[in-house]
Amino acid sequence: MPKPGVSLPLMRLRERTWSGVRRGPMRHVLRSGTTVGTAVRSRWRRSIQLRMVTYTVVASSILVALFGVFVVTRTTNSLVHAKLVSAKDQIQSGAATAKSYLDQLGQHDESTASVTMLLIVDNLSQGGPGGPVPVVLLYPPAGLTTVAPANSSSTVPIAALNAALVDLRETVGTSHLAHQFVSCAVVNGRPQPCLAVGIPVSSARAGVFQLYYLFPLTAEETAATVTRNTVLVIGAALVLTLAIMAWFVTQMVVRPVRLAARTAQRLSAGLLDQRMEVRGEDDLALLGAAFNQMAVNLQRQIVRLEDMSRLQRRFTSDVSHELRTPLTTVRMAADLLYSNRDDLTPVMARSTELLYAELDRFDELMTDLLEISRYDAGFAVLDAEPTDLVPTVGRVIRGLAPLAEHAGVAVEVRVPDVPVIAEVDPRRAERVLRNLVGNAIEHSEGRPVEVTLGIDEHAVAVTVRDHGIGLKPGEEKLVFNRFWRADPSRARQTGGTGLGLSISLEDARLHGGWLEAWGAPGRGAQFRLTLPVRAGARLLASPLPLVPRDADVATAVALPTAASTSVVATERSGNTTVTVAATNSATVRSDDRTVTVATTSSAADDPTTEIVGPGGDAAGERPPVDADAAVTTETLNDMVVVDVGADDVPGTIDDAADVVSIHRSAGRG
Amino acid sequence: MESMRARVLVVDDDPALAEMLGIVLRTEGFVPAFVSDGERALAAFREVRPDIVLLDLMLPGMSGIDICRAIRAESGVPIVMLTAKTDTVDVVLGLESGADDYVVKPFKPKELIARMRARLRRGEDAPPELLTIGPFGSQITIDVPAHLVSRNGYEVKLTPLEFDLLVALARKPRQVFTREVLLEQVWGYRHAADTRLVNVHVQRLRAKIEADPERPEIILTVRGVGYKAGTS
Repeated sequence: MPKPGVSLPLMRLRERTWSGVRRGPMRHVLRSGTTVGTAVRSRWRRSIQLRMVTYTVVASSILVALFGVFVVTRTTNSLVHAKLVSAKDQIQSGAATAKSYLDQLGQHDESTASVTMLLIVDNLSQGGPGGPVPVVLLYPPAGLTTVAPANSSSTVPIAALNAALVDLRETVGTSHLAHQFVSCAVVNGRPQPCLAVGIPVSSARAGVFQLYYLFPLTAEETAATVTRNTVLVIGAALVLTLAIMAWFVTQMVVRPVRLAARTAQRLSAGLLDQRMEVRGEDDLALLGAAFNQMAVNLQRQIVRLEDMSRLQRRFTSDVSHELRTPLTTVRMAADLLYSNRDDLTPVMARSTELLYAELDRFDELMTDLLEISRYDAGFAVLDAEPTDLVPTVGRVIRGLAPLAEHAGVAVEVRVPDVPVIAEVDPRRAERVLRNLVGNAIEHSEGRPVEVTLGIDEHAVAVTVRDHGIGLKPGEEKLVFNRFWRADPSRARQTGGTGLGLSISLEDARLHGGWLEAWGAPGRGAQFRLTLPVRAGARLLASPLPLVPRDADVATAVALPTAASTSVVATERSGNTTVTVAATNSATVRSDDRTVTVATTSSAADDPTTEIVGPGGDAAGERPPVDADAAVTTETLNDMVVVDVGADDVPGTIDDAADVVSIHRSAGRG
Repeated sequence: MESMRARVLVVDDDPALAEMLGIVLRTEGFVPAFVSDGERALAAFREVRPDIVLLDLMLPGMSGIDICRAIRAESGVPIVMLTAKTDTVDVVLGLESGADDYVVKPFKPKELIARMRARLRRGEDAPPELLTIGPFGSQITIDVPAHLVSRNGYEVKLTPLEFDLLVALARKPRQVFTREVLLEQVWGYRHAADTRLVNVHVQRLRAKIEADPERPEIILTVRGVGYKAGTS
């Protein structure tokens, strides 16, 4: 067990893994691992301090490491260099001593040579010129078979020395002083770096010997290790110090910033008295002072606005009361006159009628103005309670029945099977719906108005669709403007104050809901009110589409008024609706097909229309298409689809050159 | 009752409106009396002993709300508020202080007369009828012809309107009444009116007959629909 400290936790972890039969603990470990990761990541994103400290640690670590490597390398190099110089000096003087011995050797004097060589190595190792040498080795020239001796004090086996010096011996040869760093086993059986120096020594007669000195670099290595450790400790201390300094410095900057953020949050939450603490005169104090100045100004502005709002509210309330009381008297007087108008002269009677009617308008206008000023003053209050919109719509339509009857408009209601309950202010919701349906009736030009209700998990919606003149591009935004009228010349004919839709929009917004309009020229318009099911919830989608389903594929044409026959056609796969509409119209329903046939004044003699459903006898490839013929029973014995987009079969309806083609219904069968 | 020429006390500070009201009321067969000052309203009320009170909410001296409370403290006489304010706060405050109904200025004379007649129209020839509602243990007994409501043997004082509201609910226990239906049956509104009328009066009624008005047992709310009488 060489390293028990490392293997123990691993073993424990493995034990846990195996013993956990249901793998519960493991999964737990994994999950907590990811949550820790997420926490660290979110901390990283949110804390400048953490990032600054990390950057400082990383940057300083790199610098300190580079510096440490440089210092250690330089130190080691200079130590080794000094050793090398001294070793070379030593071996050169040693070589001179050896030479003086070897010169006395004769040629092929093997026994003398071996004795002399032993003498030389022991002599040189024990204290030749330049002091003792740990390992001395002397190789004989190639001619002699004598074994190369090492000094007797050497602790390194001769075989190891021979193996270590193979390369160096090649380099030294017969003429070079050379060195090499080799490993020689010296300390504790571990290989120790050694400096080996070799020099050729030529004797007078016996040939060229090679003398080698080996110096273990233990002292140098120790010195290098000490240097390295010192650098490491100092470097670590430096990095740590820098990290702590970075922590404190960022803390100094970040703390006031965080404080400012918190104070700002409190300010925006309405605690207008919140201020920052200002200490000293530095940049941070400047921040605090500026922040406080801003808060003071903000508070002053808000208080001023609140005062103004309160004043406006009082004013609205007072004006309301002051205007309403005399108006009540006038109204009652007018009513009395009106109910007795038969006793008056015709001129007086007519005046009374005008007075009576205009008072109604005046009343409506004043009510609307007060309502919108209430919104402008910002003190409209939502009085929400769970309300079913189905009976609300029913009430609205019943209330508008006289208007619809007068305009000759049928109002159709489509409700889902479930109650359409949402937390709404019933008065406001009803007002919005009354406005929308009333508008639709006024603008539908005698064609039916469709009111559709929808509900999903989050929202309820009501769409009000008319098939009147529609809206021009861009007008779907303008309709909500105050006193906006589609056609200024129509202003006097249609009633209303011109504020209805503006107030409705404010009503919808007060609920956190939407009020939107869609329209296209000649295709009518659709208004959609979407309100959240829970009061105050945010809306993301509406249960009903804003653009009616028959608008996306349908192509519509408003025909020239000369023919006064407009053809509106819808084509969907397997489901066909044809609408021919004009000044006089009749609507006939057959299954899900609606055919509204209208004739012009010239063709109005017999506007009888009959729908022959799918499978009726085809009257020919291309039915007659003049307005009179189109409405007669004989010719319209199948569905006729007017597809304006296609230009494959050109045809005309009377003067209606805009209608490009007419072909047989695709919805047959 | 109407044939007996009902007395009307008009509390309004605007002389023109008061005079006009007088003309209309006389035309319609009422006997009007006027008081323009809030301070003298209560004294006038005691003196005139009207069948119905028309009360302007904004008055000099004593506010309409205070007069309403003062009158309600000593009588259940129908009170119709005349108000120029339609804000929920004002309307609800008026209703909570004891008014039975309200009309918003500028009102049409017909509308006012209809409201007044609805308040004055009381079932006189009700057949003997004893209703009991509420859960066992805290039942409410209603003697319809005698206009008596008792809870645990003690009489509970209700205004005629509160009584009508309670009877309407009690006659058909288990049936849920929408606010609109109650407005029609109790207040006599033909068309849509302010459902806050119902809410406020139900609260007032609960305060008088429920053991704990916060947790009603006799008049139950059906969320999104309306109210119904609790049964044992």
